[in-house]
Amino acid sequence: MNYVWAFVVGGALCVIGQLLIDYTSLTPARILVAYVVAGVALSALGWYAPLVEFAGAGATVPLLGFGHLLAQGVIDAVEASGLLGALTGGFTAAAGGVTASLLAGVLAALVCKSKDQN
Amino acid sequence: MKTDPKQYGSLVKKASPPSPVWKDCLWAFVVGGGICLLGEALRKAYAAWGFTLTDAGAMTSATLVGLSAVLTALGWYQKLAAKAGAGTLVPITGFANAVVSPAIEFRCEGLVTGVGAKMFLIAGPVIVYGMLASVAWGVLWYLIRPFMGG
Repeated sequence: MNYVWAFVVGGALCVIGQLLIDYTSLTPARILVAYVVAGVALSALGWYAPLVEFAGAGATVPLLGFGHLLAQGVIDAVEASGLLGALTGGFTAAAGGVTASLLAGVLAALVCKSKDQN
Repeated sequence: MKTDPKQYGSLVKKASPPSPVWKDCLWAFVVGGGICLLGEALRKAYAAWGFTLTDAGAMTSATLVGLSAVLTALGWYQKLAAKAGAGTLVPITGFANAVVSPAIEFRCEGLVTGVGAKMFLIAGPVIVYGMLASVAWGVLWYLIRPFMGG
């Protein structure tokens, strides 16, 4: 059952992005920024954790989940080291995903030749 | 023949291929949902393998990022993205694609000013504003925590 909800919730979050593309003039970069910031806000309001509980990867894989990860990381860091945690929590939580992307980017650039776009 | 902007607009509309919103949305739903389904399967597999729930989530992200990088390098992710739109953009694989794609494209401008600088052309703002939001939330949480029973 968890798989069904992961598919449905994940798909629905993508449809929202698609509607933003079709009905507004938002560029992909702006949509990604909006998703991450919205994820932090929804998580701060306490609304995102129940969705993660319910839909698993359907809620964590879309970039809203990245925002949720940042917000939770900040909470943990503030618990551990007070106000300093507001500075350290975000990057600590994001470290895995960001570093994996960075590593993948450099490796891919070393392996591939850039093709002519035309 | 002379055309005013209004006529021109309607001509462009007639000439451009139809992209019905419902069809875009169906593609986004199926592909985006499919990526999340794969994520859920990975998460379950890693959890069964003995990773804690948090670590299983991080491993899932790393795996999806790696997969997306391979597909991007092969040029397949872009082909899928042309059809699936937000279905390939919104999941973490879209974030990885946004890093890997310019990294490959700007390889010709060198490793430092090309790959190193340009790979965060799209992902950079995402990280910047995500971090700003998290700092704002961290300060807010620090202030309200005593009243939340935390």
